[in-house]
Amino acid sequence: MSDNTENNNGRSGISRRDILKGMATVPVLGAFAYAFYRKRKHTRQIRNSILENINLSTDDNEVPVANSQGKKIRLGLIGFGIRGPQIAKAAGFLHPENVESMKKGAEANSADSRYQEFINQEDLNVEVTAVCDIFTVYAKKAQETGANIERKGEGFKPQQIPVIYNDYRELIADSNVDAVIIATPDHWHAHMAIEAARAGKHIYCEKPMSWSVEETYQLRKTIKETGVVFQLGHQGRQTEAYNKAREVIDNNIIGSVNLIEVTTNRNTPNGAWVYPIHPEANPGTIDWPKFIGQAPWHKFSLERFFRWRCWWDYSTGLSGDLLTHEYDAMNQILGLGIPDKAVSSGGIYHFKDGRTVPDVLHTVFEYDAYDLAMVYSATLANSKSRGKVIMGHDGYMEVGNSLTVYADRDSTRYRDKLKKGIIDPSLPILSYVQGKKNIDAVTSATEQYFAGRGLLYTYRGGKRVDTTHLHIKEWLDCIRTGETPSCNIDRGFDEAITAHMGTMAYREGRRVLWDHENEKIV
Amino acid sequence: MTGKTNYSNSQLTLLVVLRVLIGWHFLYEGLSKLVNPDWSSVAFLLDSKGVFSSLFSSLATNPNVLKIVDFMNIWGLILIGLGLILGLFTRISIIAGIALLGIYYLSHPPMVGFSFSVPSEGSYLWVNKNLIELAALSVLLVFPTWKKTGIDRFIF
Repeated sequence: MSDNTENNNGRSGISRRDILKGMATVPVLGAFAYAFYRKRKHTRQIRNSILENINLSTDDNEVPVANSQGKKIRLGLIGFGIRGPQIAKAAGFLHPENVESMKKGAEANSADSRYQEFINQEDLNVEVTAVCDIFTVYAKKAQETGANIERKGEGFKPQQIPVIYNDYRELIADSNVDAVIIATPDHWHAHMAIEAARAGKHIYCEKPMSWSVEETYQLRKTIKETGVVFQLGHQGRQTEAYNKAREVIDNNIIGSVNLIEVTTNRNTPNGAWVYPIHPEANPGTIDWPKFIGQAPWHKFSLERFFRWRCWWDYSTGLSGDLLTHEYDAMNQILGLGIPDKAVSSGGIYHFKDGRTVPDVLHTVFEYDAYDLAMVYSATLANSKSRGKVIMGHDGYMEVGNSLTVYADRDSTRYRDKLKKGIIDPSLPILSYVQGKKNIDAVTSATEQYFAGRGLLYTYRGGKRVDTTHLHIKEWLDCIRTGETPSCNIDRGFDEAITAHMGTMAYREGRRVLWDHENEKIV
Repeated sequence: MTGKTNYSNSQLTLLVVLRVLIGWHFLYEGLSKLVNPDWSSVAFLLDSKGVFSSLFSSLATNPNVLKIVDFMNIWGLILIGLGLILGLFTRISIIAGIALLGIYYLSHPPMVGFSFSVPSEGSYLWVNKNLIELAALSVLLVFPTWKKTGIDRFIF
């Protein structure tokens, strides 16, 4: 550098003046260190003050290692429409065309990690020995899916090809089937599960557990008598945020809960069960009488076959399809059981397509023993996200993939801290984001913003896992160990009876009561 | 550069104050990220808009690259901050600071039609505080105050 002339004079002997001038800004660092220390101390004080008396576990549950040793469990898949293939994927089986399309997706966009996640998904030591669907196209797809044991796209070589059955009874009778996955229309769930249990097959059954009240009792009785391992398909049971929510309740952080609000907010044809109709579907490829089963007879209808959720004849409507997920989450968090009373109202306000089930529904469940009410509010024609909220006297909690707890501005428990400004009711006092290492007492508005959108930590640290995979894995582990899965027959009974009470209240236009002693809906 | 560093006292003082303030800002931005075990640039990168958005997003999707980006960002901010306050390796600190602010600006340019997940605390059109801080650093680059006030005085 050329501009050192001035300093060069002092180079041989740096004067005191030089040093003072040169070092003039060093004290700023001291001020900075002091400010930084004060700030840290303040943050820590607030955190400790909020976390006082709150004992939440701060670590994530590790994904348990599957008990996949020993003999392969041989699966039979019943029903391969929309949900069937998703469950098969969670068990490790995906149709080669789907594998190929995910692979292409990953090649085109490096952010698309679905292919890698599927390839890395743990091998559960199962095989598909039999499949059943009454639509021949789906049956063939199920067979090819089960035969894709190498998880291949292009270059797929079918191996250990599963047998196709047109009749589920034959699949259940097959001695090469140890366990069945039922993903059929609602009106078939309990029938199939009862027969499978009688044949000694373990069962993973999609929700809702039953179509009618009567079946619910029969299925519970049969499962208890036969002792087969039964898992109901509420994969939300594997959601880590729900376990944390349970800890929040157990630690009485939001005080006594008096109101729960759960919602459904959808606004697409698929969301309203107007599913596409397959071009190859016709009376020749669909075994129509086997679809109808014990439902009232109706002449062949492609709409009814593919969009069966729109008709009470085969469906349980919003209650069975969507309330059940919300209810089961709350049953998991709060252990509510069956409500004492239910009232409903609603109607077919948007989808004037001949359906018989409502597209807007409100149901209120009352729990006398807990002094609380649960409101279910659903629309299939607006997607404003309203979330799940548990409200107590001292605060409220929003539950989703993340969890946020806010103090109530009029809380008794937090009155002092609110007054002193230690707690700000507009900011969460606790937040938990899945995959994040620890529970945070105070989060910034920004962090909160991302947490709500599930954007944070998605690509970092721990693996992202499919909850359905974990749910299937738990079921298979229990088959091997003889333990009971989380969404067992008793939780299924709670779920089905609750949903039926909501439906009956709507259809009969009356308040429906549950007689706890005699276990009867009155 | 001409080599003339004969500023008036007030010129020198105010330029040094500006340097120290920007240094303080960098240092705290870096340290606050360092002490937060959950901090990551992932959300910021994924939220990028504009011509370079795919480049920034791609940094976020590779966990190993992300680790390097986070490390360099945190320590870059801290070292630049220290450099500016102390007047130590000031020239290179200022250049690095300009580069870092340039990256922030390009990843989240306040252009018409872009909206970001993190709402900014002010109102900006084309010009935002990153750009102004960048310009301020550029000014400091051509007024080498470190030759008078800074540890560099003894080194260079």
